[in-house]
Amino acid sequence: MEYYLQLIINGLVVGSIYSLVALGFVIIYKATKVVNFAQGEMVMAGAYICFALTVQYQIPFALAFVMTLAFSVLLGLLIERMVLRPLIGEPIISVVMVTIGLSSILKSLVQVFWGTQIRVFPSILPQEPFILMGLPIAPVYIAAFGLCILLFAIFSLFFKYSSVGIAMRATAFDQQAAQSMGIGIKNIFALSWCIAAVVSSIGGIILGNINGINSQLGHLGLKVFPAVILGGLDSLLGAALGGLIIGVLENVCEGLARELLNLGGFKEVASFVVLVIILMVKPHGLFGTEEIERV
Amino acid sequence: MLKCGLFFTSYNKEDQLFPSMFQKTCLGMFLVAMLIAPQVLDFYYISVMNLIMIAVIGAVSLNLLTGVCGQMSLGHGAFVGVGAYGCAVLAAKGLPFVVCLLGGGALAAMAGMFFGIPSLRLKGIYLAISTLAAQMILEYVFLHWSAFTGGANGMPVDPPSIMGFSFDSDERMFYLIFAVTIVCVLGVSNIIRSRSGRAFVAIRDFYQSAENVGVNLFQFKLQAFATSSFMAGIAGGLWAYYTMYITPEQFSISLSISYLAMIIVGGMGSVTGAIFGAVFITLLPEVLNTATSLVGSFAPDISALMAPLKEGIFGLTLVLFLIFEPEGLVRKWKMIKAYWKMYPFAY
Repeated sequence: MEYYLQLIINGLVVGSIYSLVALGFVIIYKATKVVNFAQGEMVMAGAYICFALTVQYQIPFALAFVMTLAFSVLLGLLIERMVLRPLIGEPIISVVMVTIGLSSILKSLVQVFWGTQIRVFPSILPQEPFILMGLPIAPVYIAAFGLCILLFAIFSLFFKYSSVGIAMRATAFDQQAAQSMGIGIKNIFALSWCIAAVVSSIGGIILGNINGINSQLGHLGLKVFPAVILGGLDSLLGAALGGLIIGVLENVCEGLARELLNLGGFKEVASFVVLVIILMVKPHGLFGTEEIERV
Repeated sequence: MLKCGLFFTSYNKEDQLFPSMFQKTCLGMFLVAMLIAPQVLDFYYISVMNLIMIAVIGAVSLNLLTGVCGQMSLGHGAFVGVGAYGCAVLAAKGLPFVVCLLGGGALAAMAGMFFGIPSLRLKGIYLAISTLAAQMILEYVFLHWSAFTGGANGMPVDPPSIMGFSFDSDERMFYLIFAVTIVCVLGVSNIIRSRSGRAFVAIRDFYQSAENVGVNLFQFKLQAFATSSFMAGIAGGLWAYYTMYITPEQFSISLSISYLAMIIVGGMGSVTGAIFGAVFITLLPEVLNTATSLVGSFAPDISALMAPLKEGIFGLTLVLFLIFEPEGLVRKWKMIKAYWKMYPFAY
């Protein structure tokens, strides 16, 4: 029993990282209808920038953190302006492929500058584990979980009450109508990429604190798809919950497969099996809006 | 685009694959050149050409599914893998080459149809994600079903032989692969101008109108998945025979992505485009290799940067093509042809 409890808690921790990345993904999708296959690489880029600033340039962590966020804003703006804006109105496959191309470019840049070996972040949080229900949990996990909830709350309020947030929702709902109401759609697109890049960087920094970083971090971006599909592609709450659920499912399935079937590595594929089932049964996910098409 | 001076008196004539004598002559010359090539070219060039032809089969088949029928697939690499493993397992049982190749293709077609079933309900991005799931699940199967696939160690494949004639060298394999490639390319070209092909195009352009005029969406989507995966399986089988050893890493998501890149760079929905794209994307790393070995004498560190550079340039090519030439190389080709057609009197 304790084994499974540990698995569930591990799942929640990994899941909260998925949620963070999924939040960035959903923000982009919500405002621009772009499916971003480079989300994982954006996480990786943020993590490596923070690593370079703290370890290679010896800048204190708080300052480095702020500088990383500033860099992410730039990265988001650059990506939107250079790569995504020329593709407005192109078919889905072009947009998907351009983000895939982007992910290759980001990955290769990281490898050119920092190589492929695992880099270890300096630990910012205390090392002694925290005891919860008799199980030891490292503080960094709790920080990840807390930060995820905090960001989710901030963005939910942002989309609900701030005028920029409302403009973003309007853009997502109907671009032409939004434009005719005086909303600058290009600014909204740029802003959503900035927010997504910032959120991903935060995810990357937390992840770096847990496991260290290497150039394979980008694979995380693929793991996010089950989470966002489960939650619904355009729902923040869905992304947050979907990430947690997928994290837990993955770990529990891995445990079950190991115990019952003696199968290793089931973690990698469990979430995708779930993904196929969701797509067959309820393609718009738990909280997503159902698309209705008319001729 | 027609040449001036060509005119047709029936639909059948207009629908011909090679409408003009000039085109037939050019293709005939190309055929002869390809048949002579292995006799005069270096070992290295033959092996690159073999890889290109295998890529051509894969790209042309993906183009049928994605470019012609509009069903985006991120799992094509895995279907190639199913064909390769199917072929290898059958070959290990001592079955003859043709049976193995077709068997591998049939297995891949079944996998493609199975993972194509969601396409009835899903479109666009949802379908792309469900084929991504297919890729991940199949990759897991390759890696963990060790009894058949040899797991992470991979499995060896003996060179093929027909009636006791063994295709054990690169030149011999060249002719075999070339023959299969021609059959596949002509096959796809003919499918596109058949009833099914017109149904595929109708589904791509607007599925609801297609359904309204009586196209059975489920049947034709599955047919597209099956045909495309069958040919992917054939490409996989040939690849297995050619490399003589297959491992799960060969059929990872990056293979699927490079097939998609081929049809984007070449031009979606066009057979010629898929061929151009396959040549371009396969040659890209080879050209980079040559370039770095030339530069290598000045900057010895560059070989360490090789792998990331290849990936970065691949991504950059993809992004630049999508931004500046979304219709691909085939559009450039058409423009060049149009220019020379009227050459001295272009205006």
